Amino acid sequence: MPIENNRLTSDQYQENFSDIHPPFETKEAALTEANRCLFCYDAPCMKSCPTSINVPKFIKQITTDNVKGSAHTIFESNILGAGCSRVCPVEKLCEGACVYNLMDETPIHIAKLQRYSTEMALEKKWPLFIRKPSNGKKVAIVGAGPAGLSCAHVLSREGIDVTVYEKESKGGGLMTYGIAAYKVTPAFCEEEVNYILSIGGIEIKYNHELGKNITLEELQKNYDAVYLGFGVGVARQLNIPGEELEGVVDAISFIYDVRTKGYENVPVGDKVAVIGMGMTAIDAATQARRLGAKEVTLVYRRTQEEMPCTEAELDIAMLDECKIIWLAAPKEVIGGGGKVVKLVCSVMKLGEPDASGRRSPVETDETLTLDVDMVIKAAGQIPFTELVNKNSIENANGKIKINNTATNIKGVFAGGDCVNGGREVVDAVQAGKDGAFEILKYFEEL
Amino acid sequence: MADITSNFLGIKSPNPFWLASAPPTDKKINVLRAFEAGWGGVVWKTLGSQVKNVSSRYSAVDYHGSRVMGFNNIELISDRPLDINLKEIVEVLKLFPDRAMVVSLMADNDRKSWHDIIAKVEDTGAHGLELNFGCPHGMTERGMGAAVGQDPEIARMVVEWVMEKATIPVITKLTPNVHSVVPTGKAAVEAGTSALSLINTIQSVTGINLDTLVPNPYVAGKSVFGGYCGPAVKPIALKFLTTIAQDATTSKVPVSGIGGISTWKDAVEFMLLGASNVQVCTAAMKHGFRIVEDMCEGLNNWMDEKGFKTLDDFIGKSVNKIVHWEDLDINYHHIAQIDQTKCIHCGLCYIACEDTSHQSINLDFGKPYNTYTIKDEECVGCNLCELVCPVENCITMVEHRVAPEYVNWIDYQKLGLPLNDH
Repeated sequence: MPIENNRLTSDQYQENFSDIHPPFETKEAALTEANRCLFCYDAPCMKSCPTSINVPKFIKQITTDNVKGSAHTIFESNILGAGCSRVCPVEKLCEGACVYNLMDETPIHIAKLQRYSTEMALEKKWPLFIRKPSNGKKVAIVGAGPAGLSCAHVLSREGIDVTVYEKESKGGGLMTYGIAAYKVTPAFCEEEVNYILSIGGIEIKYNHELGKNITLEELQKNYDAVYLGFGVGVARQLNIPGEELEGVVDAISFIYDVRTKGYENVPVGDKVAVIGMGMTAIDAATQARRLGAKEVTLVYRRTQEEMPCTEAELDIAMLDECKIIWLAAPKEVIGGGGKVVKLVCSVMKLGEPDASGRRSPVETDETLTLDVDMVIKAAGQIPFTELVNKNSIENANGKIKINNTATNIKGVFAGGDCVNGGREVVDAVQAGKDGAFEILKYFEEL
Repeated sequence: MADITSNFLGIKSPNPFWLASAPPTDKKINVLRAFEAGWGGVVWKTLGSQVKNVSSRYSAVDYHGSRVMGFNNIELISDRPLDINLKEIVEVLKLFPDRAMVVSLMADNDRKSWHDIIAKVEDTGAHGLELNFGCPHGMTERGMGAAVGQDPEIARMVVEWVMEKATIPVITKLTPNVHSVVPTGKAAVEAGTSALSLINTIQSVTGINLDTLVPNPYVAGKSVFGGYCGPAVKPIALKFLTTIAQDATTSKVPVSGIGGISTWKDAVEFMLLGASNVQVCTAAMKHGFRIVEDMCEGLNNWMDEKGFKTLDDFIGKSVNKIVHWEDLDINYHHIAQIDQTKCIHCGLCYIACEDTSHQSINLDFGKPYNTYTIKDEECVGCNLCELVCPVENCITMVEHRVAPEYVNWIDYQKLGLPLNDH
């Protein structure tokens, strides 16, 4: 059972990785949907958006032929509004709160409408924001992901000169490197980053990694404030025997490869097990299938009740014919000739609720064994514990502790995944805004 | 099954739905298609001295994603030779003898012209004539159309000419481009018209192209006032109709109701306010003649449900329900009630009341869903919340009379009752 690349024809790859939620094809289609919106007051959708996008307003603006105004309304609250319209788990956010749900009607396709307005703005390169004249203040941001870019844009609008240090060679963070390609393509991410930068006053220094070729001290010395938005790092280890075998990979690197190497160059097994049931696990499992794996099994130690991914995500996996084994925790990877051949799992049962309020899985005496040739680990990511400790940044298990976005170090702020351990893109965007507002306040009080 | 056959001045049709004088009744091919689809009758597009039309001719008002809420045309009367029209009328009459065939006329403004054209039309075997005193554009500049309808004395004179000659029923069609349709209606009745019809179209500018800055419809960089019709004008038509139905003179003759009728419900409303039958145009122009199927079926079902056996059983039944403001009962009061089990928390009632009415709705913030309740003591019973609520029967208006007895404004003043009671 080999792990190999180039399993499909280029047409098949194209089809498998095409846009999963295609945009409105015509203006009329968008208008029909936009006109369905009730234009709620103090709208539940808006209140359910972490960045508080004024959803009724932007939809109303589509109906009045003011798409430019619509895009401005979105970007004003969320400069990554285009990307979020593709990757947000809207079924548990804005669309989940749409009042039409209470009438047992299909909620407004808010994400699709948001995509309509924002993509037109990107495509036509509308200059919707004008940067105030430079006020001489300089801020360094570490990480050109959603938090860093969102922070940078707010600061630049206020006339601050921003330099973003990014360890990769492209901006966008997990948007660019960590999300299924059928949701956002790397090309789209690049377009979005360029649009954000088009306001001016933001310079990204690529291939600069904190702790490697730049230090926090340097940044503190050369800038008036620093914002840390470097996200989380490698995938959590399973800490089970056999984890070092050839064929055990982590989901983040797997998705990174899918997004950077070209589909035909990413090897995948015949029978793949994916450990975990978060968004990343789903993205890894579905993309393994879409690369040509014959059988993909998601293994999760709890039940559907407790799974972190949304029902909609689970549906994608099931439609891709991924199998799901609930209440199973990996116990050992068995190899043959140095390669993965089996995954042994403990059968679990649910015990008492844990700190997260979810019932925690408890091991039973039973096990089950899967014949697999590839194991993808997607059981969460680990914060950059060493990096934050080395820089004496107060943290909890590597997650930076903040007080209103300020760290324990004066003039150093933080937000996004490096603080919360890994949440949605839209949460990081809000964290970036919060950080920027806090930095602006900090400058006022200086 | 109710009987929906109609008898208008002895002109019989299988249903009360006629097509109004307009482009859909301009040619044999259209009218045949209409009769095949089931229309009860037509008023053939206005005949008179041949004219020339321009291009373009129509424009519309869309509203919130709905096309053609209002419709506007700048067409004149028939631009086809009179003899072709007359020949086609004869042919249609032969093919559909059971349908009403009324011919709209607008002769030049002299007695002889009217007499000549009436003679020619009567020769076709048509069942009735409709006098076009309403066309608001193009013809008015020549002293015809609305120019006649807007001056009761001119209208009286023309109707008198017509009645000298006509041997078949004559319907005088009134223009709404007046302060009141009653004076002209009265003059026409006094001059002997057999019936009235209303309304013709309302002068309008439907909109302006915001790129070219030229209003619609566009004719070589210019536009002109057009005649407005379609669903948007129905309430105005119903008001004019009521004034005709309530006037002692004009109510003596039957009325054919026109103005934005698109469904059987619209038609019933016109008939409840005194129309004996109705004429339709815009809805057919938007959807085609097939809409008559549901008009007949819907009318029939409604009549069955209400126990009306013939059209006469309900025609005019709402006329006396529209009174002078002074006659309204001031002791009547109702207040809104929100059914919390139906509420979807859209907040539309709240923002409408809070911003533009009487601040009578209470808001309890929730995430994401707020709770809205009525402040009974503040509610004046205006209906605004009920009107904007997207859920049927979620907001209902519940009667809370101030006192049991009827008191109108005149009595109220006489009794010296308080004005500041709210």
